[in-house]
Amino acid sequence: MKRRNFLKGVGLAGLGATLPFSLVEVVWGLGSKPAEHESFTFAYISDSHLTHIQGARFTQNFDQGLRKAILEVNLMNPPPDFVIYGGDLAQLGKREELDHGLELLSGLKPPLKWVIGEHDFYLDMGEYWQDKISPLYYSFDHKGVHFVVLNSILTYQDWIKKWSTPMERMLNMARLDNPQGSPFMVGEAQLRWLKEDLAKYERNVPLVVLSHSPLYKIFKPWNFWTDDAEGVQKLLQRFHRVTVLHGHVHQVLYNQIGNITFYAMMATAWPWPYPVSYVQKPNQVPKLTVFMNRADPFHQRDGTGWDILDLENGTLTNHYQLWMNENRTVAFDFKLEHPVDRNYQDPEKRIPPQFHY
Amino acid sequence: MFTRALFIACLLLALPAQGDEFTKEDLKRWEAEYMKVMEKGEKLFHSTLGSNKVSCDQCHPNAANTHPETYPKFQKQLGKVATLREMINWCLKNPLEGNPLPLDSDEMIALEAYITWERRGTPLAPGKH
Ligand SMILES: [Fe+2]
Ligand SMILES: [Fe+2]
Repeated sequence: MKRRNFLKGVGLAGLGATLPFSLVEVVWGLGSKPAEHESFTFAYISDSHLTHIQGARFTQNFDQGLRKAILEVNLMNPPPDFVIYGGDLAQLGKREELDHGLELLSGLKPPLKWVIGEHDFYLDMGEYWQDKISPLYYSFDHKGVHFVVLNSILTYQDWIKKWSTPMERMLNMARLDNPQGSPFMVGEAQLRWLKEDLAKYERNVPLVVLSHSPLYKIFKPWNFWTDDAEGVQKLLQRFHRVTVLHGHVHQVLYNQIGNITFYAMMATAWPWPYPVSYVQKPNQVPKLTVFMNRADPFHQRDGTGWDILDLENGTLTNHYQLWMNENRTVAFDFKLEHPVDRNYQDPEKRIPPQFHY
Repeated sequence: MFTRALFIACLLLALPAQGDEFTKEDLKRWEAEYMKVMEKGEKLFHSTLGSNKVSCDQCHPNAANTHPETYPKFQKQLGKVATLREMINWCLKNPLEGNPLPLDSDEMIALEAYITWERRGTPLAPGKH
């Protein structure tokens, strides 16, 4: 049996979530030292957009999304080592919304690591977040894997200064299709910090980078975009394999650029359309992605969910937990050197709801 | 009867081909009238029209995923062939937890003008799911 067929066979037979270790060793043996780390699982919850209405009232739909994710993560057995919160906890960066999110997330059993989103940031430029929740960028090591968290939703000073009130600035950043919007970026200071942070690590260290916006360019009109993405990618190039996990796009999305694998994480609040379904502007949506099913608006939680991530041999297997829908598993294929959907990657296997227009 | 025929004849003599002549200025004005309503629709589409601070553009940036070219079409959830305006009202009532608009209201027409504008150039595909 050829290796490729064997891989496919594993997927079809559903022999569990991870690749057989022996197979992986063979592939890693092709010229480079295997990444040495203990396998583990973590979870990812993102984009809850909790919305304060008045007094004790919040938009129920979005509360329910986050509550459901928390409930399900707590049912994981064995529990994940930790949970990443991927940003956009609040809708308009209000303290009421961030506090409400913290209250709900206090019911989550595993420890949390935080990534900030633009909806959390642009009311007070991240002040409350840094004070009560987390630093905006940092790194940590877990079982031999190096994790880097970036604040990728910064933007140009001219844009930040042009608004008359903090809420006006927040509202203008919150509108995804705003013609007056401004592209996200990581910025010089963080790039310098990243370079220093990574300098301590060998090229074969398993590396996972966490950001809110995708660290590549998909569609500028909706800020599926980081302006200085190439600057970050350049710093990641010397590593053997890198995975970038991001929120913001509220959809199943994955890509491979050189040695870097990119995965978007599900939102608990609502799904965004794929940019291919806006016909007035060109897009660079990755051809590799098999789209999620078109959401049925009559089922409130359709098109939303969260992710379970198995990290083994320096690469991820991403189990998209899709409410009201069949779950999807996308895993790194060592032969093809890019992520592959376990069931639908072959164009012949695709189903009508995966076609967006 | 005679009077009416005479009146029409006089009208035709006085203003030949009145019905199908219009100027560039007319075209500009008509387009401007449309754009005014379209822009009103764009504002409404990005406002919290219901009771829960949710706006249409939160699920439909640039009105994407609304597919105005496919209406009227069978909506299995409604069990009938429905119009775009009925679906707009469905969204107002459900995700936005608000009140439906009269189908012929200025607001409804403005929303429709914006949604179709964002989809301009797409061939009609009535009934397509
Ligand atoms: Fe978001
Ligand atoms: Fe975001």
